[in-house]
Amino acid sequence: MSINAWLLPLILFAPAVGALLLTLIPENRPDLVRRVAVLVTGISLAGALHAIFHYQTAAGGFQYEVLKPWLPQLGIQFHLGVDGIGVVLLLLHALCGFTGVLISYSIKQRVKEYYIFYLTLITGVFGVFMSLDLFCFYFFYEMAVIPMYPLIGIWGSDVKEEGRVKYSKQYATMKLTIYLTLGAVVALVGLLALYQWTGAQTFDIPTLQAMLADEPLSTAQQRWIFPLLFIGFGVIAPMWPFHSWSPMGHAAAPSAVSMLHAGVLMKLGSYAIIRIALPLLPQGAVYWLPWVASIVVMNILYGGFVALAQKDLKLIVGYSSSSHMGYVLLGIACLTPLSLTGAVMLMFGHGIMTALAFAIIGQLYDQTHTRWLPDLGGLAHQIPFIAGCGVIAAMASSGLPGFANFVSELLVFMGGWDKYPVQIVCGALGVVITSVYMLRVVRGTFFGPSKPEFEGHVHDAKTPFEKLPFIILVLALLITGSWPGPMLRLLESSTGPLVERILMNEPNTAPDSIQVHSPAKPGHASASNEHSEMN
Amino acid sequence: MVEAHSAAAAVGATDPALLALAGKAAWAILLTPLICAVAILLVGIHRKSFAMAAAVGGLATSLICTLFLFFQASQGHLAVPFEVSVTWISLGGLSIPFGVLIDNLSLIMTLVVTGIGSGIFLYSVGYMHDDAAASRYFGMLSLFAFSILTIVLSTNWIQLFIGWELVGFCSYMLIGHWYAKPSAAAAGNKAFIVNRVADFGFIIGILWLWSVSSTASDDRTVHFATLMARLPVLVESGAVPVATLSVIGLLLFCGPVGKSAQFPLHVWLPDAMEGPTPVSALIHAATMVAAGVYMLCRTFWLFEMIPSTLNVILYVGAATAFLAAALGFAENDLKRILAFSTLSQLGYMVMAIGLGGPVAAMYHLTTHACFKALLFLGAGSVIHGTHEQNIWKLGGLTRSMRWTSLTFLIGSLALIGFPGLSGFFSKDEILVLAREHNLPIYLLATLTAGMTAFYTGRLWFVAFMGKGHAHGHESPPVMLGPLFFLAGLSVVAGYIGIPAWLGEHHEAFHWDVALTSTAAVAAGVTISWLLYSKRAIAAGSLVRALALPQSFVENRYYIDDIYTWYVQNIQQKIIAAGCAWFEQNIIIGAVNAVAALAQGLGRLLRLFQTGVVQTYVLVFVAGVLWLITRYLAVR
Repeated sequence: MSINAWLLPLILFAPAVGALLLTLIPENRPDLVRRVAVLVTGISLAGALHAIFHYQTAAGGFQYEVLKPWLPQLGIQFHLGVDGIGVVLLLLHALCGFTGVLISYSIKQRVKEYYIFYLTLITGVFGVFMSLDLFCFYFFYEMAVIPMYPLIGIWGSDVKEEGRVKYSKQYATMKLTIYLTLGAVVALVGLLALYQWTGAQTFDIPTLQAMLADEPLSTAQQRWIFPLLFIGFGVIAPMWPFHSWSPMGHAAAPSAVSMLHAGVLMKLGSYAIIRIALPLLPQGAVYWLPWVASIVVMNILYGGFVALAQKDLKLIVGYSSSSHMGYVLLGIACLTPLSLTGAVMLMFGHGIMTALAFAIIGQLYDQTHTRWLPDLGGLAHQIPFIAGCGVIAAMASSGLPGFANFVSELLVFMGGWDKYPVQIVCGALGVVITSVYMLRVVRGTFFGPSKPEFEGHVHDAKTPFEKLPFIILVLALLITGSWPGPMLRLLESSTGPLVERILMNEPNTAPDSIQVHSPAKPGHASASNEHSEMN
Repeated sequence: MVEAHSAAAAVGATDPALLALAGKAAWAILLTPLICAVAILLVGIHRKSFAMAAAVGGLATSLICTLFLFFQASQGHLAVPFEVSVTWISLGGLSIPFGVLIDNLSLIMTLVVTGIGSGIFLYSVGYMHDDAAASRYFGMLSLFAFSILTIVLSTNWIQLFIGWELVGFCSYMLIGHWYAKPSAAAAGNKAFIVNRVADFGFIIGILWLWSVSSTASDDRTVHFATLMARLPVLVESGAVPVATLSVIGLLLFCGPVGKSAQFPLHVWLPDAMEGPTPVSALIHAATMVAAGVYMLCRTFWLFEMIPSTLNVILYVGAATAFLAAALGFAENDLKRILAFSTLSQLGYMVMAIGLGGPVAAMYHLTTHACFKALLFLGAGSVIHGTHEQNIWKLGGLTRSMRWTSLTFLIGSLALIGFPGLSGFFSKDEILVLAREHNLPIYLLATLTAGMTAFYTGRLWFVAFMGKGHAHGHESPPVMLGPLFFLAGLSVVAGYIGIPAWLGEHHEAFHWDVALTSTAAVAAGVTISWLLYSKRAIAAGSLVRALALPQSFVENRYYIDDIYTWYVQNIQQKIIAAGCAWFEQNIIIGAVNAVAALAQGLGRLLRLFQTGVVQTYVLVFVAGVLWLITRYLAVR
């Protein structure tokens, strides 16, 4: 039997099996606990790499599929599979999860329980990205949300302002859990309505999609369900004004959880919109997305300005995440193959970048016991390696060419320009704001004269093992950013057909706004320049 | 996975073997510095001599390849323009190549970058010899070389923009090289952000231009050659209105306003002098700041079609040339005087573009790169030898640093346009253009030439001639060598036929323009000599007489203050703090209010949960009685 048949279950269950194994390991063996965690997330990472390199771009569609009946009486199946979008997000999650485990070596308290929750969280997120059954999807989603609550509540830290507690970790974790569950419930209402109105007796996404393509729901029904799904999932994305759980959640969480949370968990919302809301409710999407395009400008600009006013490093990066997820939502709202490809690429780029940023802040916080910007400074003297990574993260975040973020933002802008030029201009303005607060962080943290209180106390990542998570994340950003072709082709094989299907459903669309896709399109041929297609 | 392919434009006479070789050389020019940068940053970060050797060797390789192509092209063996490229992004409806475009324009600019750059790299070996972070410095320098070559050799707008952003990053890192100094860290931030503001307009311009580049949505392009062929047709047919194109042109011009530090976004360049002096010479005098002018020359076919935008360019350039020259009068820092001079000369170049003379602009760019790099390296030699950069604390350098002084003098004379030196010829071209097209601008430009002579004279008489006795030691040969090399270039660059190479047939020499400007220069030098060397006029009384303009100039027209005020009071205290207040009180407040409501309801319901069994029984019995009465009533 080929590896493809059990690749996804391997990726999915390796961390789950790891979590089970950990329950059997005695508490006083923290090193063994950590090694098991590294091993199982390493297996998942290897699996995700295998999946992305062996995905058949030319064939497209869902691959590595696994289909087992689960609760046949209710039409529920255990159905896994990934398309070009899913396989990229699997890699994102595998990278963040693996580096997160490495970063978590600094956790010293209740190590075993920590990793059990952490691996459960990882399993849940993997499950979401590969579920092709709505029930599976929902199941894994809840599986990802629940461990967040203890992870932040027990291993997190309070968010302080001027030395006083601004948000306690209990408040932050309570708010996060309630918000995420509430979002999921709103989406569930939409999903149940969908289930009811189609009368399909199945939760299988491809089946539903095929059925709805033949006999779509009425426009009125679609317009009712779409906002439920979009807002429900949008809360997780996080869409303005339902974003306030996210920055403080990032800020209160321990580093590795922030990495997963900002790096991957937020992408679940936008992923669910792409996987469920768009293809199943095309007319609802076409009706509502113009509104969305305007609302997300608030994400971008407002999030940027709030970040500008923060002095806690994690809150700055937290608000910056909510600002940058605005680009992802904008890319979705523009609904062109280019912009949607850019949006997914940005989910990847932003995920890696934020994971890197939180890994760095975690290192700083562990050693200096502060993330309050005015208290920091001159750390490049003590920790040149981390400082270098900090500059890289800041530059990636500000969309410097060479990093994945630049490519993806460019694609969102190019793809959306025809439809929403004003929103795109606002988006481009957001890039300027990003560089203002990011450079302020770099300057305030790393530059300036060396501070005596850090001398001798703060140590750089020295051994290759300590450097490994940073190197992995930086390389991921650089490789996909400087040679984006392969990943873009992978994404396009899924985003192109998706957008095409949606726009074909819309009777009023002018023909020139449908960007026709052919797998091999000759480049611009001219006397001076002949680009041959390279496959 | 991806195969490179090369395509020749005007294949014609070129021998295929030579073409293949030329393609390899073209890639080598661009990629060698990148490979060296990666090698330095990965393995050489703690190996100083490796870093130095790799950086210098890398750029020298690029120089050799450039010279090879240059001679092949000038001998007529290689037909230019020719282009090699790979497809960087290819998605439905979008194709972005990345490659190398070799033509006369890019060759001359590549020669400037690699030639002058090699000299400066070599000089850096001496200058940064004792710096603990020299490896990082050379890594960034190599990365910079790659980035600027990405701009220069670019085949399309997006590649140009990529290089544009990367040079900004390298500039940021190199200005802030001595990051322990708060002023250096602040200057790096300022340079990056000011350029980012300008690039905001630039990228919008590129997006817009791309979107109008074809009537079919899947046939759009950012490719220079395709656009050059297509745009006139589109404009003619009315598919692209001239008004739209003018706005696009203005947006694109935002890029050079930032990168080439034109008013009112010039504020970052004087502060950028916080970086090591070779960086100022290479990035903030010879190459990066000239990239804006280069871009305008590269895409002049676009600006040619939109006279109204050209007019804006003209006035921005002229204003920069004049206002920055005036700033040079009141500055006391050796390097900052040179920075203002750079601003002013960049203004000349932009002005030349506005006058419709890309050849004149490119000509001045080339000569300026030689003599301004020379002046900065000379200044670096002075700073290296004396550890002082206030001109009033220097003086008498002609005695202690003879060779540095001699080469600095040659650079100064070239800058002011001393007859026979390179600056004279290139400035003359611009003045001739101005006289033909716009008389007020011509007068302003001639006045500016006189002002240039004045501040340069002031610098020379105070810092080098003066009675001061700055004890300096002459710099080592590794630093003097590049000085002699650049001094030689500053002398000969006017004679090697740059305008002809760029395709302009030299017209008869304009004696009247040359004589007028020489007179202005003579006047400027004489006044500065009287003021600062002979001291025939008391500078103090002059300053008192000109108190108002003096205060304006000393405060740099208050432009920095206006920006600081905006950032601190409007952006930070009103917009950002306002959003943060809204977040805390309205958004988070509303969420908390909902939570409080739920909690309140819970409290209310809790009142019924008394725990007293008698109460429950009482309520239960009352309920049953009520039901019974209802039942009986209905019966």
